[in-house]
Amino acid sequence: MRQIAIYGKGGIGKSTTTQNTVAGLASLGKKVMIVGCDPKADSTRLILHAKAQSTVMDMVRERGTVEDLELSDVMKTGYGEVKCVESGGPEPGVGCAGRGVITAINFLEENGAYTPELDFVFYDVLGDVVCGGFAMPIRENKAEEIYIVCSGEMMAMYAANNIAKGILKYASSGKVRLGGLICNSRNTDREADLIEALAKKLGTQMIHFVPRDNQVQRAELRRMTVIEYSPAHKQADEYRTLAQKISDNKMLVVPTPLEMEELENLLMEFGIMPAEDEAEIGVAEAASA
Amino acid sequence: MSRSVKKVEGITRESTQAMIDKALEAYPEKGRKKRAPHLAPNDQSSGKACVKSNRKTVPGVMSARGCAYAGAKGVVWGPIRDMVHVSHGPVGCGWYSWGTRRNLVSGINGVSNFAMQFTSDFQEKDIVYGGDKKLAQLLTEAKELFPLAKGISVLSECPVGLIGDDINAVAKRMSKELDLPVIPCNCEGFRGVSQSLGHHISNDTIRDYIIETREFADEETPYDIALIGDYNIGGDVWSVKALLEECGLNVKATWTGDGEMEKIAATHKVKLNVIHCYRSMNYMCKVMEEKYGIPWIELNFFGPTKIRESLRALAERFDDRIKDKVEAAIAKYDAQMQKVIAEYRPRLEGKKVMLYVGGLRPRHTVGAYEDLGMVVVGSGYEFAHGDDYDRTAPEMPDATVIYDDASEFELEQFVHALKPDLVASGIKEKYVFQKMGLPFRQMHSWDYSGPYHGYQGFPVFARDIDLAVNSPTWKLVKSPF
Repeated sequence: MRQIAIYGKGGIGKSTTTQNTVAGLASLGKKVMIVGCDPKADSTRLILHAKAQSTVMDMVRERGTVEDLELSDVMKTGYGEVKCVESGGPEPGVGCAGRGVITAINFLEENGAYTPELDFVFYDVLGDVVCGGFAMPIRENKAEEIYIVCSGEMMAMYAANNIAKGILKYASSGKVRLGGLICNSRNTDREADLIEALAKKLGTQMIHFVPRDNQVQRAELRRMTVIEYSPAHKQADEYRTLAQKISDNKMLVVPTPLEMEELENLLMEFGIMPAEDEAEIGVAEAASA
Repeated sequence: MSRSVKKVEGITRESTQAMIDKALEAYPEKGRKKRAPHLAPNDQSSGKACVKSNRKTVPGVMSARGCAYAGAKGVVWGPIRDMVHVSHGPVGCGWYSWGTRRNLVSGINGVSNFAMQFTSDFQEKDIVYGGDKKLAQLLTEAKELFPLAKGISVLSECPVGLIGDDINAVAKRMSKELDLPVIPCNCEGFRGVSQSLGHHISNDTIRDYIIETREFADEETPYDIALIGDYNIGGDVWSVKALLEECGLNVKATWTGDGEMEKIAATHKVKLNVIHCYRSMNYMCKVMEEKYGIPWIELNFFGPTKIRESLRALAERFDDRIKDKVEAAIAKYDAQMQKVIAEYRPRLEGKKVMLYVGGLRPRHTVGAYEDLGMVVVGSGYEFAHGDDYDRTAPEMPDATVIYDDASEFELEQFVHALKPDLVASGIKEKYVFQKMGLPFRQMHSWDYSGPYHGYQGFPVFARDIDLAVNSPTWKLVKSPF
């Protein structure tokens, strides 16, 4: 069983990419489980065609304690026999979402969700690794392989670099490794080259460049993956290719995150960011005119 | 003791149910519905639990329960004397659980026992930045200061689980670095419904990190046993260990009262596990049975009747050499115990007692009270499960009230109705009943006394009960009934 965690900046398309990739793996005959590690609980809706799956934490809240839960209460099976679990958690601004992830994963372990016939377990994790709870999927004996979803936008690259720093911490004490960057294209300038270059600096690879296509949106409105909605569409091929690449991937590295300056230099090199001009820093638009 | 149905004059199923119903009247409907299945008259001959248990406490009631950390630190890990036990988190949990259970230890403090308070004393910065580095430093310092400690346990308090610190990774790394077993125990207080989950988690960590990692230095014999689930409250282990040794058995390890890490780690080599507190250690007995084929036997060392039954049941597992020694011990001590009974029983005959305690005492001590001529009219547990109540049914008189996770209110109601001569419960109940002018014994820590186990313990028990029940003090307090 390979356990894989997907990280990346908020809104970059982690859940969409994960579910489409998992659907790709399922179409290759792989047995997969998705564990949504985001209180928004939208990591399984395309597989289950559901608005939102009832989450582990919702059920805990309803029943009173985690001991009162059965696996069948929270695990649903969707497209391609993919098993789906959502950890769930509080609405923004209250409680502790990180603990929700810990509770949910402990529950799955204690109740035998990790069955031997599974080929892959995917953790779709909220945005950044903001606290220990969101690092739960990459603790020892859990995911040993991470993919970061990013794009050529500056903030997505910052986020990817930050996540690499988090991975470095866990990689030095455990077995977790970076498997690559998945570029979920936003049609920015020289996007593929830029992510290739970033990947190289991080010591990893751009495992796949997923072009932007409205078919993803059309499928998503029907709560489906592209693979299920329109298996013959070229975008479905992209996800199947990504699935195959992940399945075949042997390049697992301890990342070498960049210093802020290096990252900015990279952006300047690709013309994303203008060269720094000391005279302009801290000067408002009106004043500089 | 005969298995005939025990009755108490004036107590019927109807009278007990009426008393329960009256107590429940005070609750709002939802609370009443939740509490009702936890209170019931005993059905002695059924041998089955009459109440529901191991459920979340109803909010708003005063519960006597502890937490998972309490179960791990106070019960299972804390008594192991040659290890450093770190309360990982803010200082309070460690401080207020330090030595309060009166699990006595032998050895020299700082050399062969470490009954001190170790804590990582979390501050704001540790919550925000994580406590992993501090923990690593603490472990290093503990080893430097106490090089003779045989291991370190790291017991998580609530905040550690909340911020998601990976103590398992730190423990693994430091264990290698310090060349010392460092055992991470994820026993955050908010996990589970009571201390019971803390026992289970701790048993699991013993299974995962300790058992089978050592061998006994001395040779194996057919008489090697381990004493499981005795925490040496007031010296209980010392009493029972001496008795078992007098019966020809080699007590190779004690779990975990006055326990030693390396002997616990080698327990997979014993021939029989003798378990006293089933609730807190049945898990490891079952693991050792499945994994190493070690049978286990559940015994009761309270009061001469139960001790006699227990020793004979134990002797059945061994050859004539042990049987003869057991009979010799029974003959020798029973005579002494009859003298104790002759002294105290006339003053205690027919006195009524109500119990509300933890792991095994609500059933195991019944026989000891009966040896003194007393009648147990109500019993219950803070954190038991169904299998504990199954075991309680045959011990308690028929139709007496059984209460699970009782609230202070319910206990008070039952005490008013049953008018016991003694309440035997915990520190949280003590002053409620003493203020009512009732004799009380704090039966978690033996009320600063003990031991109560074994033949050494019974005379102490009898004396303490007599002192409590027959103290003239209570005549000076105006009782409400």
